[in-house]
Amino acid sequence: MQPVATTFFFYFLSGLALLGGVLVITRRNPVHSALSLILTLLALAGLYLMLYAPFVAGVQIILYAGGIMVLFLFVIMLVNIEKAGKEEQFNKIWAVGLLAAVMLGGLLVTVFVKGNALFPDRGMMLPPEESNTQAIGTMLYGNYVFAFEIASLLLLVAIIGAVVMAKKRI
Amino acid sequence: MLDYVTSYLKSSTTPGQAGDVLWSLIYILAIFAGLSVAVIAMNWLERKILAHMQVRLGPMRVGPHGLLQPIADAIKLLIKEDIAPTEADKWVFWMAPLLVVITAFTVFIVVPFGPTHAVTDMNIGVLFMLGVSSLSVLGVVMAGWASNSHYPLMGALRSSAQMVSYEIAMGLAVISAVLMTSLGSEDSGTLSMIGIVQAQASQETWFVFKFFPLGLIAFFIFAVAMVAETNRAPFDLPEAESELTAGFHTEYSGFRWSLFFLAEYSAMIAVSSIAVTLWLGGWLRPFSHWLSGDPWETVFSLFPGLSFLVLAAIAVFSTMRMPKHPYFKIQKIGLGVFASVLLLIGVVLFLPPVRDRVQDIFWFVAKVAAFMYLYIWYRGTFPRYRFDQLMKVGWKILLPMGIGVLILTAVSGIYF
Repeated sequence: MQPVATTFFFYFLSGLALLGGVLVITRRNPVHSALSLILTLLALAGLYLMLYAPFVAGVQIILYAGGIMVLFLFVIMLVNIEKAGKEEQFNKIWAVGLLAAVMLGGLLVTVFVKGNALFPDRGMMLPPEESNTQAIGTMLYGNYVFAFEIASLLLLVAIIGAVVMAKKRI
Repeated sequence: MLDYVTSYLKSSTTPGQAGDVLWSLIYILAIFAGLSVAVIAMNWLERKILAHMQVRLGPMRVGPHGLLQPIADAIKLLIKEDIAPTEADKWVFWMAPLLVVITAFTVFIVVPFGPTHAVTDMNIGVLFMLGVSSLSVLGVVMAGWASNSHYPLMGALRSSAQMVSYEIAMGLAVISAVLMTSLGSEDSGTLSMIGIVQAQASQETWFVFKFFPLGLIAFFIFAVAMVAETNRAPFDLPEAESELTAGFHTEYSGFRWSLFFLAEYSAMIAVSSIAVTLWLGGWLRPFSHWLSGDPWETVFSLFPGLSFLVLAAIAVFSTMRMPKHPYFKIQKIGLGVFASVLLLIGVVLFLPPVRDRVQDIFWFVAKVAAFMYLYIWYRGTFPRYRFDQLMKVGWKILLPMGIGVLILTAVSGIYF
């Protein structure tokens, strides 16, 4: 069977992701920005599939594209968009933004140029595709169980905080 | 050519796994055509069954017993003027029905109609189905917002809140069924749709009866959540006619409206096929373990043909009962032709090579059809929920039940 992870698909999906990303920051209408972000997230899910990580791709679609972005849109629609669009942004921080962009770009270029020297080729270990989900499960609940539980505790705190702030009387 | 077809019929994997582009395309086209026919049939059946539940006749004018009504409706929708509100966001307004339809049809590439009858088998099958069908809520939200009108926006907000809430209960129920697939084998469980049915075959029970009543409760949670997920009665608040006209698709007309209609029904079929695959044994025939052996195998393989013969008999009976008036002559001939087509299909299904090959498809479709009838039945009998009641059912009843069932399933999986 021919591998699907061809160069064409890599450039296609990366192009989609970049296009979405550019549209997110150039659209004036926040709803259009959010929809472009969904395009980026879906393209990323495709890239995960190319890396033989189907479980991550599936979770990316369910959580980000199907869950979080719906909540984003939900909030954006309740905001008065026409008013928000006309308001001028008062904090002009383009200088800081430019600096951050240049630094990030420099980092990316450095990694791209000297990548082989920085990261010695240790032979990437790909788990067989059939047991990919299983490998993630054993990792999460075996090697990284402590970090996993800390993260879930943090989320619990966030949920309680949201409920406390939203409800006057509990 | 014939050799090529027969050699394919002997293959033991799905065309997607075999990397066979031609057969994958044939399967995709067949599923697409089958789904469209199923939606048309559902449209007619729903109106007819609802009518009979309310002691009415339902569509009777177009064709015998209104059989051609859905086709007439489709033509009407296609030639209707396509109106977009002036203040609407054109681009998003145009994308929304497309997104809904694409997601509703894409999920079917992993639906297993038989051990080899699926476009492909993914090792994240269930996850893929839930993920892609959760994208359809985006289409609903886009449609509601782009219409730039109050009723659609309210409908879209209701719909997204409802779908996001019930997805959680649905996911928990699915996880407890996926947990059951890991039992009885040294290997871990599986998320693949075909693997789940094979696990039920090797454990010799459907998961709905596993760890009684745990499997049944998980199935019940899913069955409730899937009605809410597809925005159908009694959870059809997003399109509550008395309050919101038609909800998120109020401003849509003609072809685009029909896309929403198509997507709604194919999403219903999609979630029903998840339920059938996870709990009702997918393509396995009833009593596949209890009544096994040679005579029973033959008896059960006759069912597909028999069901078409029964349909043909009903059609023949209706032809006889047609009024004698010459005005009904064409209708009578039409119904007679329909009966003979059904009879022909029934006879073909009795041929041994055909009936061995289509038996699993038949059982899968029959189980899904039972769910489709349930959808119509709910609509005919249950009053609509209020929005706070709906949220209460989702968050305070189904979610705790789902977590409880998940924990109990894990515990009984370890100890039994």
